Amino acid sequence: MVPLSWYLLVAAALFCIGVYGVLARRNAIAILMAIELMLNAVNLSLVAFWRYLHPTMTTGQVFALFVLVVAAAEAAAGLALIISIYRNRETVDVENIDLLKG
Amino acid sequence: MTLIQAVFALLAILTLGAGLLTVLSRHLFHAVLYLILSLVGVAGLFVLLEAEFLAGVQVLIYIGAISILIIFAVMLTRGMARNPGPPLNNQSLAAAVIAGLFFVLLAPVIAGFPWPQTTQGVPADAIEALGRSLVDPNQFALPFELASVMILAALIGAIFIAREKR
Repeated sequence: MVPLSWYLLVAAALFCIGVYGVLARRNAIAILMAIELMLNAVNLSLVAFWRYLHPTMTTGQVFALFVLVVAAAEAAAGLALIISIYRNRETVDVENIDLLKG
Repeated sequence: MTLIQAVFALLAILTLGAGLLTVLSRHLFHAVLYLILSLVGVAGLFVLLEAEFLAGVQVLIYIGAISILIIFAVMLTRGMARNPGPPLNNQSLAAAVIAGLFFVLLAPVIAGFPWPQTTQGVPADAIEALGRSLVDPNQFALPFELASVMILAALIGAIFIAREKR
């Protein structure tokens, strides 16, 4: 059997990859994709905890499902914002989206 | 190394490698394809964890819906795809250091902690119990309804924001 810590290490590595993507990418859509990677890492660790600590309870899976719902809503709203910004400013490069900069 | 561990290692390499290529690839469309590959890897890990329903939902929602949505956004912002410029900003080195340091801090904690281990297996009716708990007023009926209201609000908001203004 695979130890629990292996799953958690994979989830941690995936989360760190997502952190790097959010901090380093210039394209707003790429940043959104990195956020999806981070949400997936969290889901992976939630399901791993469910399987290894309390497999008879449903809580772990329900939490993962709610994370998925929030991810879907976030993707829909975020991409709508990006398309709206692109329509108004002809760019999705976050370096150039600085309307609120003083 | 048992067969299960070999499958786990393959899926882990697939997930992490595709994830890394997602954040590094120059062309946005390639990044979406690598993202899909990474999500497939996570779905496979869900199957290994005996969460079959979540694996199916992962394929349906993430691979079927969210990645298609992202591909739509990539296509609708095609002016960027034609002239991408450098994919990383000038703080990418600091970002790499921060992300790497975060993992270096997390990994020994995860590997060193004595995680309790149950010998219980997943009950045969786990999916039925999951479905019942979502509509049970004593468990998750209220969060379930709130989630549906939230996703409706997000959809209406998305339509309102992305609509062509006259």
